Amino acid sequence: MKKNIFYSILFLFFLFIFSIFYKGLDNSNIYTTEKIKNENLSAFISKELFSNEQFDSNDIIKVNKFTIINIWSSWCIPCKQEHSVLMDLKEKTNINIIGLNYKDKKNNAINFINKLGNPFSKILTDPDGVISISLGAYGVPETFLINNESNVIRKYIGPLTHDNILEIINLIKS
Amino acid sequence: MISSYIGYYSLILGFILSIILLIYSIFCFKKNNKKINQNIFSILFLQFFTVVLSFISLIYSFIVSDFTNETVYNNSHTTKPLFYKITGTWGNHEGSLLLWLLVLTLFIFLFIIFSKKQPTKYRLLSVFFQQIIICGFFLFLLSTSNPFNLLFPAPKEGLGLNPILQDPALAIHPPILYLGYVGSSIIFSASLASLIQNNINSKWAKHIKKWIQTAWFFLTIGILLGSIWAYYELGWGGFWFWDPVENVSLMPWLCLTALLHTIIVLEKRQLLKSWTLILSIATFTLSMSGTFLVRSGILNSVHTFANDPARGVFILLFLFFLIILSLILFFIYQEKEATPQKKFFLVSKETSILVNNWFMMYFLSVVLIGTTYPIFLEVMVDEKISIGPPFFNKLLIPFLTFFLIFMSLGPKLNWIKDNYKNIKYSRIGLFLICILISFYLIKNTSTEILFTSILGGAALYLLLTTIREFLVNKHNISQTISHFGFSLFVLSILLNSLFSSEISANMKIGQEVIYKKEQIKFLSLETHKKENYKSVIANFEIIDKKKNSIYLYPEIRIYNQPNILTSEADIKSTIFFDKFLVINLLKGEEIFNVRYQTKQFMIWIWISTCLISIGGILGIFKRL
Repeated sequence: MKKNIFYSILFLFFLFIFSIFYKGLDNSNIYTTEKIKNENLSAFISKELFSNEQFDSNDIIKVNKFTIINIWSSWCIPCKQEHSVLMDLKEKTNINIIGLNYKDKKNNAINFINKLGNPFSKILTDPDGVISISLGAYGVPETFLINNESNVIRKYIGPLTHDNILEIINLIKS
Repeated sequence: MISSYIGYYSLILGFILSIILLIYSIFCFKKNNKKINQNIFSILFLQFFTVVLSFISLIYSFIVSDFTNETVYNNSHTTKPLFYKITGTWGNHEGSLLLWLLVLTLFIFLFIIFSKKQPTKYRLLSVFFQQIIICGFFLFLLSTSNPFNLLFPAPKEGLGLNPILQDPALAIHPPILYLGYVGSSIIFSASLASLIQNNINSKWAKHIKKWIQTAWFFLTIGILLGSIWAYYELGWGGFWFWDPVENVSLMPWLCLTALLHTIIVLEKRQLLKSWTLILSIATFTLSMSGTFLVRSGILNSVHTFANDPARGVFILLFLFFLIILSLILFFIYQEKEATPQKKFFLVSKETSILVNNWFMMYFLSVVLIGTTYPIFLEVMVDEKISIGPPFFNKLLIPFLTFFLIFMSLGPKLNWIKDNYKNIKYSRIGLFLICILISFYLIKNTSTEILFTSILGGAALYLLLTTIREFLVNKHNISQTISHFGFSLFVLSILLNSLFSSEISANMKIGQEVIYKKEQIKFLSLETHKKENYKSVIANFEIIDKKKNSIYLYPEIRIYNQPNILTSEADIKSTIFFDKFLVINLLKGEEIFNVRYQTKQFMIWIWISTCLISIGGILGIFKRL
C-alpha cells in the first residue's frame, strides 16, 4: 500500500514536470512585458562605473522628460543578446539611458561595454544587488521607462526586443 | 545526390532491423535457450553497419560539397578547409543526432560481445531495452530531422559553418562527449534488464563497472575539450560560464560520478542495490533531458542549434516514456533489500561513499535547479529571471570544503566497520598546517580570507594525503590518481581565480601600456588572405620586470561565409601562468581594444582534469 502511494506521487511528480516543460515549449524565448502604471521608483544613491562619482537617482531623472533604466550584468547571457537592441535604441532616439550594473565585477563590466559598445549615458553600479531589489527587479535583464517625476510608465522583464523599442518610441512621442 | 539516397535508405533499413530485434529478442527470451542465438549478433552487426554507412555517406556529401543535400547546404561551403568539412558533419543538429545513433548502436554491439560471461536472458533483455532507445532515435531522426533532405534545384553555394565552431578542439569534442553521454544508455538498458532478472549482485556490479568507467572517462574528457575551446575561442578568458549547455553536460557527469562510487559498494558488500539502479537510470535520463533542453530552444544559451518545437515535443515525449517505463518496471520488480545481517556502521568505507553520494546529489540539485528553475518560473507565474555564476558559486563552493575533507578521510577507512579512534592526531595537525600554509599564500589578496584559506587548506590536505597514499599504499592507484587530480583541480582553480589579473586598454599601433611592472607594446599589424577568411594578426611585445620579452600574436578573423568576425586569442603557457592576449576591432579599424591577462596555474586545470580521467581509465584495465 505504501509502495502504491509512493509510486503514484512519483508518477504525478513526473507528470507535473512534463506539463511544465510541455507548456514551456510554447512560450520558449518569448519575453513579455509587465505593465505597471503610476508607481513611483524609489530613489537611490550609487557610484558610476567608470568615474566612481556618486550620483543621486533623483538628480539624474529630473533632468530629462523620460529616462530608461536598464539593469544588466556581464555574466547574464540574455543581456548580451539585448545589448544590440539598446544600441539601436540609443541611435534612434535621444532618450537618456541609464545602466544599472547588477552584481558584477568591475573589470568584466568594463570589458563587456568595450566589446559591445556603450548605449548608456551613465552606468551606475549595484555590486551587492540591493538597489535592484529596492527597485522591485526580479533579475537581469530588466528595464524601466520612467518620467521626470519618477513615475514608472513601463517595466520590461527580460531582454528588450525591437517591438519594445517601437513601443517606447511611441510612448515618448505621445 | 546518390550518397544522400544511400544514407537515407540505409537509415530506414537500420530502423527496420531495430524493430526486428525488438521482437526477436523477446522471442529468444521466451525460448529459454542456454546460448544467445547467433542471429542476434548478425542483426546487431548489420544494424551498426547501416548506421556507419549512412554516417559515411553524410561525411562524403560534406566532403564533395553536395548542396543537393539540405544539411550540407545549411552548414558547409566550398571554400572551407577539408578538415572542417568533415567535422562539420556533426557540427549541426541532424548530423549530431546521426552521431548519437552511431554511438548507441556501437555500444550495444560491443556490449553483446563483451558480456559473454553474463546470463543469456539478461543479455537479451539489455538488447531489448537498448533497441527501444535506438528505435526512438531512428524515429526522431527520420520524422523530424532527416539529415538527407534533398534540395531542388541544387544551390550553387552553401551557407557555411559558424566560424567559432571551426576549431580543432571543438571538432573532436562532440564525438568524445557523445561516447560518454550516449554511452550511459548501455548502463540504463543493462540496469533495467538486471532489475527484471533480479541479477543485481557483485558479479553484475563488476561487469557493469567497466561500462560506467568507460562512459565516465569519455564524458570527463569531452567536457574538458569543450572547456578548453571556450577558453581560447570565446575570448573571454574563462573556462566555465555556467551556461545551460555546460550545466547540461555537468549533470550526467555528477550522477555518473556518484554511480562510479556506489557500484563499488554493491560489488564489495552487496548493498545499495536500488540506489545503484536509480543512479543508472537517472544518468541516462539526465543525458536525455539535456538533449531536450538544448535542442528544443526552451533555454537561452550561447550554444544554440536551430530550434524547432516539433523536435522538442518528440524528445520530451520519448524522455517521459523512458522515465515512466522505468518507473513501472521498478514498481513491479523492485524487491526489498532484505539483508538484516548486513548493517551499515557509521564509521566505515560504505558510509563514506554514501556521504560522497549525498554531496554529489547536492551538487546535482543545485545545477539542476539553477538550470531549469527559470523555465518553471516562467511557465507558472510568467516571470523571467536569469541565473548566473553568483548563484552557483555561492551554493557550491562552501560545500566543496567539507567534500574535500571527507574525500581525504573516506578512502582510508575499512569496509564494514572502522574505529574513529584510528584517526590520529598527526592528521589533524597536518590539516591545521595546510590551512596555515594556504592562509600564508593568500593573505595579500582581497577575498574572504578565513573561508578561502580553509578551502585551500582542505584541498592541500587532500593533495598531501593522496601523495602519501600513492607512495605507501600501491594497490588502488586509479582511485589515488583521480583524487589527487581532483585536489589539484580545486587548488589550481582557487589560485587561478585569486591571482589572475587583467588589463584592458584601447591602443593604436606603436603605443605602449605599463601594467604591474610589465610593458605591453603594440608593434605591428599584418593582414593575410586565407582560404575562407581574412586574417588580421597583431604583434605585441611583453617585457617583464627582468627585461625578458615575449611576443604574442592575437588574431582577428573576418570570415566571408557567413560574414562573421572572430577574435583568436594568443596564449603563451608556462607551468606557472598563461599570458593571454586578445584584441577586438573598435570602430574605424585603427584603434583596437586590447585585453591582456595573466592567468596563474591555468595549465594545471587542464592537467588535473586529465589526471582525474586517467585515474578512471586505469580502473578499467586494472585486474581485480
